[in-house]
Amino acid sequence: MLQVEHLTKRYGAVTAVDDLSFEIEREGVYGFLGPNGAGKSTTMNIMTGCLSATAGTVRISGYDIYESPREAKRRVGYLPEQPPLYLGETPEEYLRFVGEAKGLRGAELRRQIEAVVEETGIGDMRRRHISALSKGYRQRVGIAQALLGEPDTVILDEPTVGLDPLQILEIRALIASLGESRTVLISSHILSEVQAMCSKILIISHGRLVAFDAPDDLEARLASPGEISVTAETDAAAAQALVAGIPGVSGVEVVSDSPGRSRLTVTAGTGDVYELSKEIFLAFAGNNTALCELGVRKASLEDIFLELTEGGEAQ
Amino acid sequence: MTAIFTHELRSYFHTLTAWLFAAFLLCFTGIGAMMYSIQAAVSNFEYVLSFGCLIFVVIVPLLTMRVIAEERRQKTDQLLYSLPVSTVEVVLGKYAALIALYLAPLAIIAVYPLIFAQFGDVYLPTSYGSLFAFFLLGAALLAVGMFVSSLTENQGLAAGVGIALILFNYYSVSLSEYVSTSALGSVVALVALACLVGLLLKLLTGSGSLGYWAGLALATLSAALYILAPESIEGLVPEIMSALSLFERFYVFVNGVFDLKAVAFYLSVIGFFLFLTVQSLEKRRYN
Repeated sequence: MLQVEHLTKRYGAVTAVDDLSFEIEREGVYGFLGPNGAGKSTTMNIMTGCLSATAGTVRISGYDIYESPREAKRRVGYLPEQPPLYLGETPEEYLRFVGEAKGLRGAELRRQIEAVVEETGIGDMRRRHISALSKGYRQRVGIAQALLGEPDTVILDEPTVGLDPLQILEIRALIASLGESRTVLISSHILSEVQAMCSKILIISHGRLVAFDAPDDLEARLASPGEISVTAETDAAAAQALVAGIPGVSGVEVVSDSPGRSRLTVTAGTGDVYELSKEIFLAFAGNNTALCELGVRKASLEDIFLELTEGGEAQ
Repeated sequence: MTAIFTHELRSYFHTLTAWLFAAFLLCFTGIGAMMYSIQAAVSNFEYVLSFGCLIFVVIVPLLTMRVIAEERRQKTDQLLYSLPVSTVEVVLGKYAALIALYLAPLAIIAVYPLIFAQFGDVYLPTSYGSLFAFFLLGAALLAVGMFVSSLTENQGLAAGVGIALILFNYYSVSLSEYVSTSALGSVVALVALACLVGLLLKLLTGSGSLGYWAGLALATLSAALYILAPESIEGLVPEIMSALSLFERFYVFVNGVFDLKAVAFYLSVIGFFLFLTVQSLEKRRYN
């Protein structure tokens, strides 16, 4: 549905997007993740025909965005970072204009406007001026605009930025429902958001694609399977001795040490981290030493993100 | 294109601009009609239009200042780029809306000669010939104004530059009398003009080197002409100034001549500035 091939964009000496290639074939919500300035907006602008590329191509449902822009643009809906709204108009007037510009007329136009108004939940606001709407509702009007013309692909640039927590939840639910029947690509620099919504994540750093996988697979890909924090009712040396004997431990670090209570951080080797925590429990129990806390911390997406994007910086 | 056209037309009526434009134009030609046709009882309606054309200095920038600058400021230009509509269609749609708005008060003005003909001997062919030229003059100025608006996201700046340009054009023939006709004066002016063309090219294409080289080449050409054949560029600047005057060609119609060359000139100016506007919008996509 969406193919990006060897996309490069240079602004003078600065390379914003560097030989970026990926392909999205199925519907679902895809997250486009990267630190600020990684080239997310630039890539999205190129994919929707708002910006030219220095090299490479983008194909939307098989149509090249430069060779047949009209056909390609008909199949993609775009919400830029700042919703492109005419503040003096009502959502209804605005949607009618966008629909007409997308080639819809008459009954079909009315039907689609009704459908997107319903889908984005802006029915109560349709006759108010956009300038009088809250940020959350403006965002919804922007999304409604992108949905007109029934595009296969919808691209939303940071759709939840600047919204309050309740609005964020509402927009996320809306995006999740959109992903059921379309390809939705959202950009974000907030990890938890992408993790909560997306079936697959693209991570870019310095204009390059560094990962493209499902969140769980990304976690599995990481070299270190996790850490276990252990708090035991004994001094550190004794606790360390107990842990050291367990197979599958790759490292032990003392966090705090006192005669009655000590804390360790155990780094797991390549095996299952939960299996290791069971072994630790049994070892302490066998020695009749009380465990006050046994916590497993698996590598989070945050670690993966930092590892991948900082790795890109080091290159 | 029709979507852009109707949307644009509707948006003018959301604000006061369309009404102000029509009101100013009707008021000014109304004053002219009162002075010439009623008070002085002159039967030539074209004099009214000749008097009225000064108002373009104010109302054209008033109408065109926001046409593209505002899209940029509100970031709605991104919507236009992402819609399945070409830049040419966007520019033509916007220009057609400007022309439609301009035709409404003109249709009212077109009735005046018929009214005056009831009370005297009005020569209608000259009146309507002049009205046609008046329309072309305004249409050409609107194209210039739209181009100026595409250069900035600041409406005020677009209006200011538009007023300055049209005012300069209005007085360019009178000013040309004061410009040096010597070869040295010409070459200085030509070099300045070459720099201006270079700067405009740089602004439009976003490529600095193209602008610099084009400017340099034109400046060198002018200098070479001055050294090799100074007599060929004597008096060139005043000639160019009066040749480029849009208003001067309108006065030919007022004097009772239907000048086809002037019609072609107006149409070329419109085409040229619409082309520049498209380039200016396209450039945003490429920088």
